[in-house]
Amino acid sequence: MHIVVCIKQVPDSAQIRVHPVTNTIMRQGVPTIINPYDLFSLEAALAIRDEHGGTVTVLSMGPPMAADSLRRALSIGADRAVLLTDRFFAGSDTLATSYALATAITKIASDQPVDMVFCGKQTIDGDTAQVGPGIARRLGFHQLTYVESVETIDRARRTVIVRRRAEGGVQVLRSELPCMVTMLEGSAVVRRGSMADALRAARADVTTWSAKDAGIEDISQCGLRGSPTVVRKVFAPQPRKEKAVLIEASAHDPVHMAEATIDTLFAALPGLNAELHAAAAR
Amino acid sequence: MIEKFDAIVVGAGPSGNAAAYTLAKGGLSVLQIERGEYPGSKNVQGAILYADMLERIIPEFRDEAPLERHIIEQRLWMLDEHSHMGTHFRSDVFNEAKPNRYTIVRAQFDRWFSRKVKEAGATVVCETTVTGLLRDPAGRVYGLTTDREGGEVHADVVILADGVNSLIAERAGLRPKVRPEHVALAVKEMHFLPREVIDQRFGLKENEGVVIEMAGTITAGMAGTGFLYTNGESISVGVGCLVSDFKENGTSPYVLLDRMKRHPSIAPLIADSEVKEYAAHLIPEGGYDAIPAIHGDGWMIVGDSGQFVNAMHREGSNLAMTTGRVAAETVLELRSTGKHMTAHNLSVYRKKLEASFVMKDLKKYRRLPSTLHDNKQFFTDYPRLLARAAETWFRVDGVEKKQKEREMVGSFFKSRGLRGLISDAFKVARAWR
Ligand SMILES: Cc1cc2nc3c(=O)[nH]c(=O)nc-3n(C[C@H](O)[C@H](O)[C@H](O)COP(=O)(O)OP(=O)(O)OC[C@H]3O[C@@H](n4cnc5c(N)ncnc54)[C@H](O)[C@@H]3O)c2cc1C
Repeated sequence: MHIVVCIKQVPDSAQIRVHPVTNTIMRQGVPTIINPYDLFSLEAALAIRDEHGGTVTVLSMGPPMAADSLRRALSIGADRAVLLTDRFFAGSDTLATSYALATAITKIASDQPVDMVFCGKQTIDGDTAQVGPGIARRLGFHQLTYVESVETIDRARRTVIVRRRAEGGVQVLRSELPCMVTMLEGSAVVRRGSMADALRAARADVTTWSAKDAGIEDISQCGLRGSPTVVRKVFAPQPRKEKAVLIEASAHDPVHMAEATIDTLFAALPGLNAELHAAAAR
Repeated sequence: MIEKFDAIVVGAGPSGNAAAYTLAKGGLSVLQIERGEYPGSKNVQGAILYADMLERIIPEFRDEAPLERHIIEQRLWMLDEHSHMGTHFRSDVFNEAKPNRYTIVRAQFDRWFSRKVKEAGATVVCETTVTGLLRDPAGRVYGLTTDREGGEVHADVVILADGVNSLIAERAGLRPKVRPEHVALAVKEMHFLPREVIDQRFGLKENEGVVIEMAGTITAGMAGTGFLYTNGESISVGVGCLVSDFKENGTSPYVLLDRMKRHPSIAPLIADSEVKEYAAHLIPEGGYDAIPAIHGDGWMIVGDSGQFVNAMHREGSNLAMTTGRVAAETVLELRSTGKHMTAHNLSVYRKKLEASFVMKDLKKYRRLPSTLHDNKQFFTDYPRLLARAAETWFRVDGVEKKQKEREMVGSFFKSRGLRGLISDAFKVARAWR
């Protein structure tokens, strides 16, 4: 099995600030992390490798600094890392990003065919969830999105069974390989690599590819030029002024507590009663 | 297979980075192990960087290191509940080509330093905690264990730069447990403000910065100090007291900091800021007499782990970098003459420190920790007396000046008594010498 895991270095959203005047995200000084969903996809890929053998290649497009995230992926246990970095990639939207990554995966596959591509469900800085499906379309792979776990792989038949979280339940899907999977947080614990992994990662040279190295011929599909997305306006939402209401009640008296809660709700939202009646009548 | 290195450095704070950098530059195979997610992620400092000690390690650091502001003004404040009095020293001389002191943000600074360590050729492994030392039957340290699977690594010498708690040395029986009266607990907040606002409030331009060190009733009768430092776009405010005092007093550190921030002299300086970071950390303040054994067969201790902090002058990171560098230089010298890393040979490290400002300064103030611990009047009575005296002196109210002088002197006698005053003066003089 050869599995490519796409990871993105993102600012730690828990520590981000919005510039009070320009409304832009202030990235300077904010620590970066591997997009959390990508870690779950890395874990899923490593688990498959442990069971079936093979190679896990981590791939990222980003500034040279993103090599840190790739090195961290190596210390968790990935076998090989490739960083796509080029000024031509600057300003890429999801269309241009999926183009660059898909082209790089094709290049990676020319050494060793790729059976699966993993992505996180979405990134925590863009939240679009479009890059994974974009890669799948461009490579002509089946796509399995919002997967919470990979159940079994049948290497002889070249099929995979996954559990996919869907509205209202869980779907168990079988797909042919090669396929592209986007992972949810799942239930697997992301492993810590061994001391040998940590040492290997600390010494590893992350392979760095320019657009040309990755086999990208059509630069016009990359970066800002290849990105039809237009940002019209960026604004920080006004923080809502939450009004907290303290409901006095005793824990020994759940009935009274429930009544007090309902009374408080109706008092706070005068229109609620009428709305509920209207809804019931419909 | 268990890997072996010439040297292993535990910790990637200023002391560990100074040691690892110097060793790697000297051509040794060096492994540095840090438990944090990245170097600096766990570290807390005010933070003032003293240039000289870094310059000796990385002469060109000013061109590369993430520095916030250089200090042109130092204020020393004595506070009571309503007032502050003290000295300001501001000088344009500090706007020199190579300034002497800078404010830094440790998370960023440590990362930069660590990058230099890697460039110098050391192997740096993060997110890995050292759990113990490996010793042969004769007690010689030949390696260590970590919390990773297959986590054993070997080396000719292990340098412990693991900070104030120094658990590794303690667990290995190389040093006693750190005592509560030898460590202060400091809490610190970063208050973000636009650069222009900070410049205005403190009368600064370009990268000029101000440092305020404070003592007095802000520590609620405990031995300790407060500080306020200007960074580029934030202000660091913090306060710290001896752990043993916190225990006795029952006050919690964050209550102390909260009260300090509301002090009428401090509140306007940080008004309308956004608090982004809250951190707490220990500071070794036991001084010279609390320094444990710092070398033995196959091991050395550097930085906070060896209690190398001059609490009086708020110097820590510079002693950390100096001890780290000197330890590394000792190893390099032994290697170049083909000598082994025995306790006897490594004792050169201690001798070098004794001959330097590191031990000399700490020796100078060796009585200070216990003097301050046992004489809380320096943090309670005196600030109040001084403030009252100044208030009396400056208020124009028709009371004749002679009478005011009598009142001022009288208040000191009433509070401390003649004996008390003389003995306090004597104690300070003795501790200072
Ligand atoms: C609030 C505050 C303000 C201060 N202000 C100043 C100032 O203005 N100027 C100044 O010079 N000094 C100041 N100091 C002191 C200064 O921060 C320290 O002296 C300095 O950080 C010591 O450096 P170090 O490398 O010895 O230890 P540390 O910086 O504490 O680094 C120790 C490192 O070891 C790692 N580590 C610990 N245990 C293990 C383990 N088992 N395995 C792996 N890694 C481990 C830690 O994660 C850490 O990165 C201040 C301290 C505090 C708390």
